[in-house]
Amino acid sequence: MARRHLLEFEKPLVELEKQIEQIRQLARDSEVDVSQQLLQLETLAARRREEIFQALTPAQKIQVARHPHRPSTLDFIQMFCDDWLELHGDRRGSDDKALIGGIGRIGERPVLLIGHQKGRDTKENVARNFGMATPGGYRKALRLMDHADRFKLPILTFIDTPGAYAGLLAEEQGQGEAIAVNLREMFRLRVPIIATVIGEGGSGGALGIGIADRLMMFEHSVYTVASPEACASILWRDAAKASEAASALKITAPDLKNLGVVDEVLPEPAGGNNWAPLEAGEVLKEALERYLDELLALPIDKLREARYKKFRAMGMVLETSQPESGMIT
Amino acid sequence: MSLFDWFADRRKGQFVGKVTQETEESDGLWGKCPECGQVVYRKDLIANASVCSNCGFHNRINSEERIALIADKNSFNSIDRDLSPTDPLGFKDRRAYADRLRESQANTGLKDGVVTGICQVEEMPLALAVMDFRFMGGSMGSVVGEKITRLVERATKEKIPLLIVCASGGARMQEGMLSLMQMAKISGALERHKEAELLYMPLLTHPTTGGVTASFAMLGDLILAEPKALIGFAGRRVIEQTLREKLPDNFQTAEYLQQHGFVDTIVPRTNLKKTLASLMRMHGSRQIKNSKR
Repeated sequence: MARRHLLEFEKPLVELEKQIEQIRQLARDSEVDVSQQLLQLETLAARRREEIFQALTPAQKIQVARHPHRPSTLDFIQMFCDDWLELHGDRRGSDDKALIGGIGRIGERPVLLIGHQKGRDTKENVARNFGMATPGGYRKALRLMDHADRFKLPILTFIDTPGAYAGLLAEEQGQGEAIAVNLREMFRLRVPIIATVIGEGGSGGALGIGIADRLMMFEHSVYTVASPEACASILWRDAAKASEAASALKITAPDLKNLGVVDEVLPEPAGGNNWAPLEAGEVLKEALERYLDELLALPIDKLREARYKKFRAMGMVLETSQPESGMIT
Repeated sequence: MSLFDWFADRRKGQFVGKVTQETEESDGLWGKCPECGQVVYRKDLIANASVCSNCGFHNRINSEERIALIADKNSFNSIDRDLSPTDPLGFKDRRAYADRLRESQANTGLKDGVVTGICQVEEMPLALAVMDFRFMGGSMGSVVGEKITRLVERATKEKIPLLIVCASGGARMQEGMLSLMQMAKISGALERHKEAELLYMPLLTHPTTGGVTASFAMLGDLILAEPKALIGFAGRRVIEQTLREKLPDNFQTAEYLQQHGFVDTIVPRTNLKKTLASLMRMHGSRQIKNSKR
């Protein structure tokens, strides 16, 4: 079994897998029946993996969420989408490769799909700008969503970005404005929107395609207001405190479900989505179809009202006495 | 991260709000302009909207002073004054969030970083929100988001124009994702205000950055800014690290944003009320008949 990219906390599994491999080798070279030992070791390995992944700290989840072999937007689309056709360009002079979109079918249903796209290796990542979208990316996304609105295609978005691109050109082209307009316009759209955090949800860059009727997160994905690294250097004045910051910020899927930000946590195979991408694809497809059925049955005005109320309810404030105290200053 | 810049500056003792600091330090009759060094009589400075009469430097002002500059005398009717922050994550960095809140509340007399209400500008009604940078760098948590959202909803219901005076380092990290979601919540409310064909103007003051820039600051029908205000999405330092090259001197100033098409007009503070009233009038605002509310 050729193991790929191993994370620090997965190292205890290495020994076990070596042993399994050796026994397999032995079985191939001789006629000895080792199936019993193999089964034992494999069960043990599976159990260890499960234990490790159930006890992941928020900082470790970030590593899983950023795993280079974690299925990306395009991977998922290939897995469960028929007749997929990528559509390009913001019609204003750019086509961002870090934020992609297109149309396709899930079962019989045509849908619009949009998502951040990271690369798998350095070369791909340079082309994809590490999944950090430019203003052109957000404007392309909005153009496609407007198209979906016009032709009554439900919108599925996939979030996987360290954050919106921070650069001179991005500022000149209005990164803030591009994201802001998406936030507002996504409330206007008259089609169902389902957003899923499949890896990293980095702040405003994630939210820019994240206004939705349903928001799902994969079990080991994270969604942050600011990267724990940045947060640590600002609040702790020490970038080395990133893992402490990761815990304090409440960035994991279960935490965000508790806070009322996320509707559903999608289970991942032990070892994370990179261990069994096809299984992850099945889980995601099932959830998307279930929500599409549910949302498409709603009258459009109800849907929009519910979307407004969903976000309207987010936040925690303490209200003492009269809300309309009306003091004149 | 723009908050990063802000904290970093503060650490080096070059806190951007130099004058605010100075005013606090010396309660004397005279002060010195941090920009041109001109010695000014404090009363004159205040009478001139805290703008240096020599070089035009706009000193930072607090929410109360801002409201006095915009609203007709005694017309500002504040709402939701009693909304206060909680500590939803039980957040603690080097200091507990709860302690930081108490300190900011004691220093400012505010419950959180924004004051909202309905007022009159030359006897025309206006829904007004003013962020106060003194309160944890004007950062946006649940209370700021909720108060602004309620104000926008009220403006929509009463069919009146809306002005939000922005001054913020962005989303408040201590409330985690709940802070980020305030960007969504406010933008949703603004969509309805827009749908109702009502006028919304943000006024971008020093500094307007991060999550505030990526939401309501950039959603105005008309976007106004104060001269030389720092306005941006990402922090200068972050960008310099990515680019490894020097950025233009006027990078992320109000003037720079105007050059690139993101600010309609730069309004010196001394003209603010006049400009607002004129714009409101040209967009259909009328004087209230029984003018004293």
